[in-house]
Amino acid sequence: MSSASSTDRTAVSNPAADIEDMKAKVDAVLEDHRHDRGELIAILLDTQDILGYLPVPAMKYIAERLNIPPIDIFGTATFYRSFKLNPPGRHTCTICMGTACHVRGGPQVLKEFERQLGICAGQTTPDREYELETVACVGACAMGPLVLIDGEYHGNMSSRKVPRLLRRLDRERAEETQ
Amino acid sequence: MTGRISSPDELKQARTSLEQARESARDIITVCTGPGCVASGAGEVADAFRAQIKEQGLEDRVTFRCTGCHGFCALAPVVTIDPAGICYGGVKPADVPTILERTVGAGEIIDRLVYTHPDTGQPVPYEKDIPFYKHQDRLLLEENRRIDPESIDDFFVLGGYEALARVLTDMDPEAVVQEILDSGLRGRGGAGFPTGRKWSICRQNPGEPKYIVCNADEGDPGAFMDRGILEGNPHRVIEGMCIGAYAIGASEGFVYVRHEYPIAVRNITRAVEQAREAGLLGEGILGSGFAFDLKVVMGAGAFVCGEETALIASLEGRTGEPKQRPPFPAQSGYRNKPTVINNVETWASVPHIITRGAGWFSSIGSEGSKGTKIFSLVGKVENTGLVEVPMGTTIRQLVYDIGGGIPNGKEFKGIQTGGPAGGCLPAELMDLPIDFEALAEAGTIMGSGGMIVMDESTCMVDIARYFTRFLEQESCGKCYSCRKGTQRMREILDDICEGRGTLEQLELLEELGHTVNEASMCGLGQNAANPVLSTLRYFRDEYEAHITERRCPAGVCTTLIRYQIQESLCDGCHACFKVCPADAISGEKDAVHVIDPDVCIKCGACLEVCPQGAISVVSGGGE
Amino acid sequence: MSVKTISLTLNGLPVEVYEGTTILEAAKLYGINIPTLCSVEGLSSYGACRLCIVEIGPPGKTKVVSSCTYPCEEGMQVRTHSARIIKARKMILELMVCSTPASKVVQDLASAHGVTTARFRRENEDCLLCGLCVRMCEEQMMARAIGFVGRGPDRRITTAFDELSDICRHCGGCMYICPACQLRCQGPSAETTICSGCLNFSPSCAEVYDDQQCWMPPECGTCVRPEGDYLPATGHICREE
Repeated sequence: MSSASSTDRTAVSNPAADIEDMKAKVDAVLEDHRHDRGELIAILLDTQDILGYLPVPAMKYIAERLNIPPIDIFGTATFYRSFKLNPPGRHTCTICMGTACHVRGGPQVLKEFERQLGICAGQTTPDREYELETVACVGACAMGPLVLIDGEYHGNMSSRKVPRLLRRLDRERAEETQ
Repeated sequence: MTGRISSPDELKQARTSLEQARESARDIITVCTGPGCVASGAGEVADAFRAQIKEQGLEDRVTFRCTGCHGFCALAPVVTIDPAGICYGGVKPADVPTILERTVGAGEIIDRLVYTHPDTGQPVPYEKDIPFYKHQDRLLLEENRRIDPESIDDFFVLGGYEALARVLTDMDPEAVVQEILDSGLRGRGGAGFPTGRKWSICRQNPGEPKYIVCNADEGDPGAFMDRGILEGNPHRVIEGMCIGAYAIGASEGFVYVRHEYPIAVRNITRAVEQAREAGLLGEGILGSGFAFDLKVVMGAGAFVCGEETALIASLEGRTGEPKQRPPFPAQSGYRNKPTVINNVETWASVPHIITRGAGWFSSIGSEGSKGTKIFSLVGKVENTGLVEVPMGTTIRQLVYDIGGGIPNGKEFKGIQTGGPAGGCLPAELMDLPIDFEALAEAGTIMGSGGMIVMDESTCMVDIARYFTRFLEQESCGKCYSCRKGTQRMREILDDICEGRGTLEQLELLEELGHTVNEASMCGLGQNAANPVLSTLRYFRDEYEAHITERRCPAGVCTTLIRYQIQESLCDGCHACFKVCPADAISGEKDAVHVIDPDVCIKCGACLEVCPQGAISVVSGGGE
Repeated sequence: MSVKTISLTLNGLPVEVYEGTTILEAAKLYGINIPTLCSVEGLSSYGACRLCIVEIGPPGKTKVVSSCTYPCEEGMQVRTHSARIIKARKMILELMVCSTPASKVVQDLASAHGVTTARFRRENEDCLLCGLCVRMCEEQMMARAIGFVGRGPDRRITTAFDELSDICRHCGGCMYICPACQLRCQGPSAETTICSGCLNFSPSCAEVYDDQQCWMPPECGTCVRPEGDYLPATGHICREE
């Protein structure tokens, strides 16, 4: 499982124009939050919503504009699980690891996803199509085991249902590109 | 929507005119859109109702409403029809025209959508007769049933904000604090600290300004009570916080919601805006001199931020590292000012205590634990969902009378309470009352209300490992005892579950567990060994079986189990062969099939499909 | 303006300190030696290593807290070397020795507390995450070039974004203060993990009684040893008849 505190530098290669664009977007977020460093977490979450993840240049820029030591931004961004320091996959498969999901076979569901996609939780497939992640609990505990595909709930999952679900996603993807 | 309300009288008038406008012999169709129902397709059912009602021109005949969680997730998606009080479960979009035609149109009950009583086999069409609901005392959850959380008008019709009006007109702040003290309300977030005392300490502290916080960082896996209230009845929480702010002397408050609850964030944010527009938040609330406003803030995925001092750090934009107390937040919290942090359910209980009185609240429950409590009853139990019972209800009543017992003819093995900081209780303790002190004595805690039921197919060592791994990941990492301690405990549990354990390690595990609990600074670390210590206390034989016999009695730990096809039961139907993802099964059609244990990945697919029940999980007996 | 004084007891000894004094500071003032690792005078207290833990409260209702971060309170009863505390310290040191055996500071502390077993998985880490380097860089050097990142098992200390820091002034303060790299222990062999022990005494009266038995520095611990056992270099000999 890749560590949340390491960054995938190969994916972070923004040409100069993109950097200006990124700064403009970050400035807008900072304006929204009145440059209040107390709202750092909301600022990082909003930046992530817009950029898709938290690229290092964006974090450096936020540190500069808020006058916070860069190491503090890095520390905060790596402390909280919600922050992604690597570009996301096109589809995010989130497996719930809550207790109720666990006693009903959650681990098998995760294992099957890992097998099917060929990656471990915390990783993205080489073609960047699928990102596999876990979450401690989404709070729909009566419907476990639970999987979220791009935020959409799929309850009462089992390892058998996984290939079916992924096939459906592939089909939808094929239809989109046609 | 009702406009700005500038006085308690105007509030009463608003309610009356809304009631009058709604007074008619209409049927009310309610679709539950709580987390369980949404995960089962309630969204599509609601869309179908809206479309059909419009198409058939029934807008004047029927009131349609989506609500928050009713609680009976096992029946999802749930649709109820009032005033008859009919409850339908497992509703699909295709059922919608039939419901409109037969039930709404002709008053007929559709048997196949109705709950079947497990003992009699008879349909139970009316919600009030369903055992799951009948045995509960739904003080808070009942409100979810009656309101659309997006409508402040619905909340007014319920009598919403009248407790606040009463407080602002008839009670001074000290009297409010006293009322909460007298009620015996104890924090519903886990620690069970007397709420009135916390408010009192904060109020008496000279620091200014004061703050209040709603801790909606419900991080216990398996618990979703706070989600149910925040999504389903956000205004009740706001009202409670207004009353609390008045009592304590705070002018600003926060609702700290975990990032993983986007719907709850949306609903509370919308409710806050609505409350502001209606003059129930902001300057001069209800025309009084009292001013108070709320800000909704999101967490970012850290269980430890449910701890008070870590939550405050997060509110201040820092990493959620807990701080040594004293000083306690009520003395010095957000920005070093007196801050009261209470749980969602605690805040939601406040208006009811004001309206019905401390005496009423303290008449419910047990000696030391007053009122009702919402629990998330999940796991290996028939009737999964959110339930609300008086404190002092026994585990047996919860699991059997309300929960409907263990499905698939399995045996009750244990119940895990209190989330990762809690412990497991065995069958022998089924008659334990659910009460702060009783649970603590038995080696667990009430926690926020998660109740995970386990049967004979749950491995208690695996459960201990699960929670320990969770805590290892969620530890902030500051205290050596917690960071290294949870890591080393998890490694020993890995060894035991994977067949490498020794009895010396068992002793070491226990010793280490005690040190972790004793030496760590915050609630996470101080309770980190509870899953291990409680399972060792009540299920030691299971640990020993893993170690001395290399056997997992529950058939869970993959390294110690084999999937086996019983020759005498196999009829060679080939179903297992077809689903096996690892090609581990061999056998000609109509001949007995065999699983190759070296290839088998133990995914369980074959077990699921075998029509003869010929596949079983075996463990031990020498590999 | 006079500062308020607080009365409390340390190991039964009634003492007085100024308000705002931590338990650790009070103990130091009165010559009671509480072991520390992540606490250094001149830097803020952090409470990471948990070695300075003490028991506070009336008998039967005690709780365990880190003395470096806990302020003295009026009437507080503090026990710095109860059996329960010593047991916890030993376990923490055993964890430390297994993770960072090359640190002489850790080995010395382990020896001083009579840690003779190393029952956990052996690691060869260089960092205890005590945070002294972070606090040194921030508080003494005003640089904030390094800090904590990650959480739980992934927690580590590094520069911003793991890049070469342009804030770091190469003062060497972090290396100077680090207990793991101050002195490398040459003692432990690969098999034992536990050093043979430059300092080797422990408060053995705690093995028999619930609390230390005399006013000598707790490291003495020779009273209850049977004759013939190792005696410390200081030569204190108090034998039980």
